Amino acid sequence: MGNGPGRDAASRTGETERRFRRDAPHPAHPLGNRHNAQQRNRCFVSIQQTGPAAPHTTRPRTGAGARHGASPLPHVAGLSPLPVDLAAMLDALPVGVALLDTDCTIRLMNRALETLTGFTTAEVRGIPCRHALRASICLHRCPLRRPLTTASGVTVATASGAHYDLADDGERSPTPQAQEGDILNRHRRRIPVRMSMAPLRDADGRVVGWLHAVEDLTLVRELEEKTAKGEAFGPLVGRSVAMERVFQALPAVAQNDTPLLVTGETGTGKDTLAEAVHKASSRAREPFVKASLSSLPEFLAESELFGHRKGAFPGADENKPGRFRMAQGGTLYLTEIGDLPLSIQGRLLAFLDEGVIYPVGATEPASCDVRLVVATNRDPEQLVAEGRLREDLFRRLSAVRLHLPPLRERGEDIEFLLNHFMGHFAARLKKTVRGCSGKALRTLLDYPFPGNVRELRNIAEYAVTLCHGETVMPAHLPAYLFQAKAEARRAERERRAGRALSPQSPLSPLSPLADNEQSAAQQGMPGDAAEPLARASVSDLERRLIADALHRTGNRRGEAAELLGWGRSTLWRKMKQYGMC
Amino acid sequence: MPATLLIPLYRDEIAPRFDLAGEALLVHLDADGAELSRSSVLLAHASSEELCRIALEEKVRAVICNGIDDEFWQYLRWKRIEVIDNVMGPADEAIARFRADVLRPGDILFHRSEP
Repeated sequence: MGNGPGRDAASRTGETERRFRRDAPHPAHPLGNRHNAQQRNRCFVSIQQTGPAAPHTTRPRTGAGARHGASPLPHVAGLSPLPVDLAAMLDALPVGVALLDTDCTIRLMNRALETLTGFTTAEVRGIPCRHALRASICLHRCPLRRPLTTASGVTVATASGAHYDLADDGERSPTPQAQEGDILNRHRRRIPVRMSMAPLRDADGRVVGWLHAVEDLTLVRELEEKTAKGEAFGPLVGRSVAMERVFQALPAVAQNDTPLLVTGETGTGKDTLAEAVHKASSRAREPFVKASLSSLPEFLAESELFGHRKGAFPGADENKPGRFRMAQGGTLYLTEIGDLPLSIQGRLLAFLDEGVIYPVGATEPASCDVRLVVATNRDPEQLVAEGRLREDLFRRLSAVRLHLPPLRERGEDIEFLLNHFMGHFAARLKKTVRGCSGKALRTLLDYPFPGNVRELRNIAEYAVTLCHGETVMPAHLPAYLFQAKAEARRAERERRAGRALSPQSPLSPLSPLADNEQSAAQQGMPGDAAEPLARASVSDLERRLIADALHRTGNRRGEAAELLGWGRSTLWRKMKQYGMC
Repeated sequence: MPATLLIPLYRDEIAPRFDLAGEALLVHLDADGAELSRSSVLLAHASSEELCRIALEEKVRAVICNGIDDEFWQYLRWKRIEVIDNVMGPADEAIARFRADVLRPGDILFHRSEP
């Protein structure tokens, strides 16, 4: 040793204290030839005694001096004719680097690591690295705490401070292992990091210290989180193309103050969307008032919406502000515009045109600053055609219109939302549920979800409640999912067999499924689309569920709705849809 | 005024992290700052919440610790518990400095080793 350029440089500068060498196998190692070939590539780290600024300084001493205090400044010799300032070299790296001695105390940190931890080298030099880095792996998973076994079978030391010799280990020493965890910095912020360790060896191959690299993973984690979460607008989440279009439009829609019409099937999230739009709008600090008037008689709905004056009608003992006045400055959300009586629709139109409302019994108009958001789960054009929605009101409302697609059209969102809701309920119920088994997932993916996201959410809650392990199995899913699936399969088998349904068919003649197939056959419809069949069977199932619930509750709709887990208005709508009213 | 200190421990040092400490030291001081007694609490699992609960239950006046999450620092302060954080070094040294009223956040009490 001592005949390389690094050695010469070291001699010139008179440093003696410390040497770290990269890639230097033991001379007696089988790879000694390679070692000899690398002789001229060696470089050394040495410590320059403090004193007047050295002529080979590569950066102003002010910064380095301030950060390193009055300690000797290490240099790398052998890279160039003059030694290179090691601290300046490490500062150029984008990852945090610390040089530790064999006691695992800190000798040097680069600027990136100082920024990460919030401590300067001068502050923490000479203290155990676990106190300055404060990484989650420090106490229990520190790689330096693990006994290392050398090639000669000698188990060497831990990070407790013992000096150990890995000379026998040579090239076969363990490769640096990266571990992920987090650090707590001086400013009490938790930062996700990836940490790796590599030994530093002297000219004889002995481990004389460690190089500790700390990579900040904050951006990576944020990106992962965003990818996992998909797009989101308030509580609305999704990553399907259909929802992406909605998410793109939402910020602009929220900032716009014109009335908003939201369409979408039941359970697609119209209420959630309306509230999210309000919260993202300039009216967010003002009230968000929701009005569901479909179950109220006309005169009550009018009073509820516009308020009334004292004495306007028998029982009006005092002034009532109404939903419009309650939403003053904020947003009024009407849940089902198609169910509003035409007279009220006319008054809504007057509000949209003039910005005033007429409380029941009032002679003077009352000005009202409210953004109107209305929703319907039916096709508004159809409502207009049926005369249930005023065309002029529809034209005013449809200036800004958003459609929430049904879950069956949201593709990958089913699995994504399932995981989202299961994670939500697992956290709420303190369960360890992590996902679904393949069979359970297939069952869910095959189901058409007539209740859309709300139904999926309920299924996720049910499954997480019943599941006591980490994986949701088919047994944890509601039985009706399998019933619907079995019926769809049976119908499919029937169709494939090409058998026309006869009166002796195993399907009951009263079954709507049988009716469907028969009518399809009668009308010469192709009938080979599995999807309509599956949907028909779900409708049939719903009809039967409603009938059963009504039978059990003695035709009490409120109780029946509760039994079914639906809202009263949902039950009413579905009964109407199936002609059961 | 009598006071109780809580120090999350790692061996005989202040634990590097509040949330990863498996043991805590409770030090009872009298009105003059003299040490009355010490007790050690072993935690089943390292947990910031558990340490906060102990601090509240024991009516701790000050917590001396090294790294602590901002959330728990804020919580303890909100509960009117003084938090002297970023203190690195032996617990005994920290207690002595606290009693002498010279312990400050960020104090490093280790005797530095020279290479």
